[in-house]
Amino acid sequence: MSRLQLDNIHISFGALHIVRGVTLELKQGEIGCLLGPSGCGKTTLLRAIAGFQALQSGFIHIDDSSVSDEKHTLAPEQRGVGMVFQDFALFPHLNVEDNISFGMRKASAIERSKRVDELLDRIGLPGYHKRFPHELSGGQQQRIALARALAPKPRLLLLDEPFSSLDAELRERLAVEVRELLKKEGITALLVTHDQQEAFAMADKAGVMYQGELLQWDTPYQLYHQPKHQLVADFIGHGVLLQGTVNTEGSLASPLGMLEHPSLLQIPAGTPVSFLVRPDDLVPDPTSRLRGTIKARGFRGAHNLYTIELASGVEILTLSPSHEEFTVGANIGLRPEFDHLVVFAADHCELPGFHDQAPTVQPLPTVLPKTQSA
Amino acid sequence: MRFNLWRQLTLIATAVVIGVPLLVICWSVLQLVWSNDTSTLSHLWATVVPEYIRHSIILLVGVAAGVITLGVTTAWLTTACRFPGQRILSWALLLPLAMPAYITAYTYTGMLDFAGPVQSTLRDWFGWGYGDYWFPEIRSLGGAIVVLSLVLFPYVYLITRATFIQQSATTLEAGRSLGLNPWQCFLRLALPLARPAIVTGATLALMETLADYGTVQYFGVTTFTTGIFRTWYGLGDLQGALQLAGMLLVAVILLIFIERWSRRQARYDQRNNRPAPPFQLNGWKAIAASIACWLPLLFGFILPALQLTSWSIERSEVWQDPEFWQLTMNSFGLAVLAAVLVVTMALWLAYGRRQIPTKIVRTSVAFAGLGYAIPGLVIAVGLMVFLTSIDHVIIALSESWFGVNPGLLLSGTVFALLFAYSVRFLSVSLQTIQAGLGEIRPSMDEAARIQGYKPLQVLRKIHLPLLRPSVLTALILVGVDVLKELPATLVLRPFDFNTLAVRAYEMAGDERLADAGPPALMMVLVGLIPVILLSRAMLKSQQSALKEQEFVPVTA
Repeated sequence: MSRLQLDNIHISFGALHIVRGVTLELKQGEIGCLLGPSGCGKTTLLRAIAGFQALQSGFIHIDDSSVSDEKHTLAPEQRGVGMVFQDFALFPHLNVEDNISFGMRKASAIERSKRVDELLDRIGLPGYHKRFPHELSGGQQQRIALARALAPKPRLLLLDEPFSSLDAELRERLAVEVRELLKKEGITALLVTHDQQEAFAMADKAGVMYQGELLQWDTPYQLYHQPKHQLVADFIGHGVLLQGTVNTEGSLASPLGMLEHPSLLQIPAGTPVSFLVRPDDLVPDPTSRLRGTIKARGFRGAHNLYTIELASGVEILTLSPSHEEFTVGANIGLRPEFDHLVVFAADHCELPGFHDQAPTVQPLPTVLPKTQSA
Repeated sequence: MRFNLWRQLTLIATAVVIGVPLLVICWSVLQLVWSNDTSTLSHLWATVVPEYIRHSIILLVGVAAGVITLGVTTAWLTTACRFPGQRILSWALLLPLAMPAYITAYTYTGMLDFAGPVQSTLRDWFGWGYGDYWFPEIRSLGGAIVVLSLVLFPYVYLITRATFIQQSATTLEAGRSLGLNPWQCFLRLALPLARPAIVTGATLALMETLADYGTVQYFGVTTFTTGIFRTWYGLGDLQGALQLAGMLLVAVILLIFIERWSRRQARYDQRNNRPAPPFQLNGWKAIAASIACWLPLLFGFILPALQLTSWSIERSEVWQDPEFWQLTMNSFGLAVLAAVLVVTMALWLAYGRRQIPTKIVRTSVAFAGLGYAIPGLVIAVGLMVFLTSIDHVIIALSESWFGVNPGLLLSGTVFALLFAYSVRFLSVSLQTIQAGLGEIRPSMDEAARIQGYKPLQVLRKIHLPLLRPSVLTALILVGVDVLKELPATLVLRPFDFNTLAVRAYEMAGDERLADAGPPALMMVLVGLIPVILLSRAMLKSQQSALKEQEFVPVTA
């Protein structure tokens, strides 16, 4: 049974289209995540689900009952939805206990205090009942805000950039903690963020929004490895899009050499395409004929991330273990190691059929590194 | 939707009504331009206006120099230095704000004129008689400058101090590392950084100076306010008074523009990471700093307050006089009535601004908040013209329909007073309430809604408890301002209706200074309440110092 279902949602402010045709589904107990740059409409979408924003068209269903369509918007207080706000929005005149039990209006005093105790234990702040919000640190306030939203056992929990005002280290730890807590409580949740690490740490399903459109709604793994749109590939993870042209023989001429893949036979010769090269798709190999010059090195702890300029002038990225160090300016060989290909047509959408099989790569013998010829 | 439209209309209507005195004066000036009948004006120009302008300019320049010198010195010493008494001084320096300027003027006249204790003592010591010696005349332009500076310097002190506290240690340390000594750091870094604040504080003080009537009238200095009063009451020339009011208004607007212009790109906000470590003063330096801070306090508050107390003891029989208590009741009743009215209006406007932030609503609310800049006398003149003409229409209608003359229903009753107070003090309460409302972030409303509370329940559970302090503060600020307001009350009060401020003014005018003591002392005691509130807010916000916008003038 789907807990949350959005059908072709449109939201606009005057002539400004903020959300265009978003469709997505969350099953009971799943954690979803909307990713995207600021201003892409993800927060507006979340507020529409909460009932603070009316729709121009489309439907929102919670537990198969309609809560929003173009004519009706069920009041937020009648939706049984919880929300964690970006600025936490704790009530400064109430102590922690009263803040948490604020939404448990129908519960008895005993039930309330039991629930408050339980939640404070779960969020690791037992005994904080009588504290006031201004006495708490940012991370503690965040957890209280979460507990307040969870207290009435909402059908659906919405989180609007819940970690954005915290520092990076705390953010990652809390993301994992919050996921555990939500799973323990069996809560269905939808999270909005611009931080992909947060999304990967939390989400069962994730999507990338851009200018009001939901480009892809999938598992984080699929988003990374099989982006359906060039912008998704761009937004998630490191990587480079290389341009190439399909040859008559069903192979792809690219800066890396000739790529061969059965699916290329389906594509008319002469079609310009682009394909995604993740840093882990290229491995340093001194014997390789594909060579390039190291332009920059970024230390990433276990790995170094190198930016390499190929002889053709194209820049690509590659990873190598950090104890195996190359100097900037050195000339190294690279061996492509694709598990699969992600190929985009000129309209930025992915071409089908490249996932099941790895391509073979023939580095072009004619392309010789400039440094060697010099 | 329809309710929203109706609500917007009330907001716009409020702004228009609040703007009536302003519109009346603008109208009279426009009429002057159209009709080309400049006989009154040219007569005024030929006789008094040059003198008004000269006196006003001297007064403004003198007060500006006075308040900036006193305000900046005390602000810098109490924030950047540590010396004995610094903690007490940091809030006590606000005390002069509790003294209405004209009351301070009365006390200094009492102390310094020929029969006063100072001159008497001098004569006793040196055996001088009348005319044997020269003594500065307090009732003069110079005296007005001194008195106004002593009373108004806390504006500069308060705002500049907030800026000095905000200034980050690293700025000053960077200065030191680049070879400046502490004194040069102050002159070349701290002072320029505080310039927008100094200008704002000085502007507030100058607006009060332009609006002042009691002091300059008592000291016999002819300025626009005394001119308006005399032209209207003495010469019965309403057109002339309106035109003078127009000129005064132009001066105020000019002042506002100068202030805006002087800090047009000044965004000197600093992230306050670490406050600068204070300089520990010892020996003669500590004594000098102490004296520099105690003197303004002594002359701005302690001496005048002592003089008032001594008068009040001298005239102790007044405290048992039922007429005096009737007066007090009048004053307090009026203050409470006006405060409730004004704060209710402010709440309506502030909520309208928050919930329907359309352009026209925002403009209306901003316009309604301009009144504090307009001198009370200008408001009174504009309002009087408007209300009397309406009254005449009402009387004519009533006589033709019912054959009854109802009298001056609007201009001759408390209505006119309440109207004037609303125009002048709406901004004080509006700013306080908006600051309080700003603390309630929209996400809190939403958090409560999504927890299952209906809009009215949100109002009761979240807004009411959170807004209560701001509403109380606004009530107190407006109430005290009303209590102290002299010129508008003087002009608009109903016949035979007296307040403490008017009584003090009348007694001083009749050269019965000691009789002015009890009502004046009463006003000062009540005036201490907002000063205490202010100093508490100031101390509380040592870290997140008072923002300029949140600051409102507290004297009238």
